[in-house]
Amino acid sequence: MIVKRPKLSFWDRIYVPQILMGLWTTLKHIPRKKFTRQYPEEKPPLPERYRGVPTLVRDPEQRVKCVACQLCEFVCPPRAIRVIPGVRAETPSEAKVEKEPEDFIIDMGRCIYCGLCEEACPEEAIFLKKHYAMAGYSREHMVLHKDKLLEMGGIRADRIGKWKNK
Amino acid sequence: MWSDPVILEWILIGVKILVIFGLVLTIVPYTVLAERRICAWIQDRVGPNRVGFQGLLQPIADGLKLMLKEDMLPNHVHKVLFTLAPALVFMPSLMILAVIPWGSTIGPMKCVVSDMNAGMLFALALASFTVYGIALAGWSSNSKYAFLGGVRSVAQMISYEICLGLSLIPIFMQAGSLNLGTIVGYQTQHGWLILYHPLACFIFVTSLFAECNRTPFDLPEAEQELVSGYHTEYSSLKFGLFYLGEYANMLVASALVTTLFLGGWSLPFAPFNAPATRVWVGLIHVMVFVAKVCSVLFFFIWVRWTVPRFRYDQLMGLGWKVFFPLALVNILVVAVIMACKANL
Repeated sequence: MIVKRPKLSFWDRIYVPQILMGLWTTLKHIPRKKFTRQYPEEKPPLPERYRGVPTLVRDPEQRVKCVACQLCEFVCPPRAIRVIPGVRAETPSEAKVEKEPEDFIIDMGRCIYCGLCEEACPEEAIFLKKHYAMAGYSREHMVLHKDKLLEMGGIRADRIGKWKNK
Repeated sequence: MWSDPVILEWILIGVKILVIFGLVLTIVPYTVLAERRICAWIQDRVGPNRVGFQGLLQPIADGLKLMLKEDMLPNHVHKVLFTLAPALVFMPSLMILAVIPWGSTIGPMKCVVSDMNAGMLFALALASFTVYGIALAGWSSNSKYAFLGGVRSVAQMISYEICLGLSLIPIFMQAGSLNLGTIVGYQTQHGWLILYHPLACFIFVTSLFAECNRTPFDLPEAEQELVSGYHTEYSSLKFGLFYLGEYANMLVASALVTTLFLGGWSLPFAPFNAPATRVWVGLIHVMVFVAKVCSVLFFFIWVRWTVPRFRYDQLMGLGWKVFFPLALVNILVVAVIMACKANL
C-alpha cells in the first residue's frame, strides 16, 4: 500500500501556528484534574467479588466456624493450607461441634488466590477477603496463622444459619 | 584598611559572586523539580510530591541519591578527559552569568559582577564553549552511543551558533552597545526590544533551544536512538554535573533572553523604569529579574513537553536554510529602516 504524503499548505509548513496550538493544548492540561491515585492513602475501589487473602471468619456469636474438616487443605492446588485439628472446648454454645483447628496455617508465599478453599468449605468458614498487599521480609513472614487469619476475617453475618440448630 | 576603595571593591565583587552562586545553586535544582512537576501536570499526572511539602525537598533527595551512587569509571574511557568533561559543561554557564546584570543598583553597588563593554561578545564566546565538554564526553567515553551524541551535538551547536549571533545584530544596532547593562538601560527608556524585533527574538530563542540541547532539538541525547547520548557512560556525581550543567545552561539562556528582549530588571512604569536610587527599589529590581527569568524557564519547560523532537535533517535544514537567511534578511531590513530614519 502506498500512503500519499499530504500536501501541506504554506500555513502548515511555517510550523509556528501549529506549535502555538500545541502549546495551548498542553497549557489547558495543566489545571485539569489529575488521574493519579495517591496509592497507600487512596486505595483503588475493589469489585464486590474480589479474591484477596483467604481468611477465617466467626459467626455473629463469636464462634469459630471452621470445624477442621481439612477439605480446603486437600483441595488447595499449591498446597498452601495446613490445618492442625484439635478438640473444641465444650462451652454451651459450641457443645455439639467436636473439632476446631488448633492451628490453621496458610503460606501466602504459595497461595495462588484461586478461591477453591472458599468453594470447598462446607461450613462457610473461609473467605477470600479484600486484603491484597501481602509482603514480608522473609518466607516466615508470609505464613499466616490462625489468630491472624481470624483477625483478618472478622465476623460474617450468617446467611444460611447452618449452626443455628447445632 | 576597610575604607580602602580597592579592597572594598574586591569584597563587593566577592559578595556579588556569592549571590550569583547562591542564586544558581538554588534556582537550578528547583528548575529540575519544576520540570518534573510541570511535565506531570501537562500529562495529567501529579509528579513528585512526597519529599517535603509538595515535593519541595525533592532536589535534596535527588542530590543525595546522586552522591551516594557508585562513581563508575569504565575501563575503556580516556580517564583524564572523561573526568574533565562534566566540569567543562558546567563552567561556561557560570562564567556567562558574570556579565548579566541581575538588578540595577543596590545602594552604591552595581548589580553585575563584571560590567564589561564587550559583555554579549563574551557571553556568545563562552556559550560555544559548552560544546567542548559535550564533544569531549562523547569522544572520551569510547562508546558508540556517546560518540554519536557528541558528534550530533557539535554539528548542531555550530550550526545554531551562527543564527544565535546573527539574530542579535539588529539588537546591537538599535541599542548601540554590546554591554548588557547598556542594552537594559536602552530598554528602560524605549520599551522592550521584543516589541521592535519579534523575529530576532524568535530566532534567538529557538537557537537557544538548540544550544541547550532542549527538545525539540535534543538530538545529542535522543533517548530512543542513543540511550542517553553523550552521557551514556556517566554515573553518580559526574552525571549529576552534566545534569546540573544542562539546567544551568537553560538558566543562563533564560537570563540572556530576559536581558536582551524582555527589559532585564526593569518594569515599564515608574519608579521601576530607571536605575534604582533607593535600596528597596533595587531589591525589587532583582526580584523582577528573577521572576522574568523564571517565566522564561517555564516557557522552556512548556515547549519541551509540547513539541516532539525534530528529525536530524529537519534540524539542519531549519538551521541553515531557514534561520540563517531569515536572520540575514532581518539585519538588512533593520539596517534599511534605521538608515531611513536617520536620513529623513
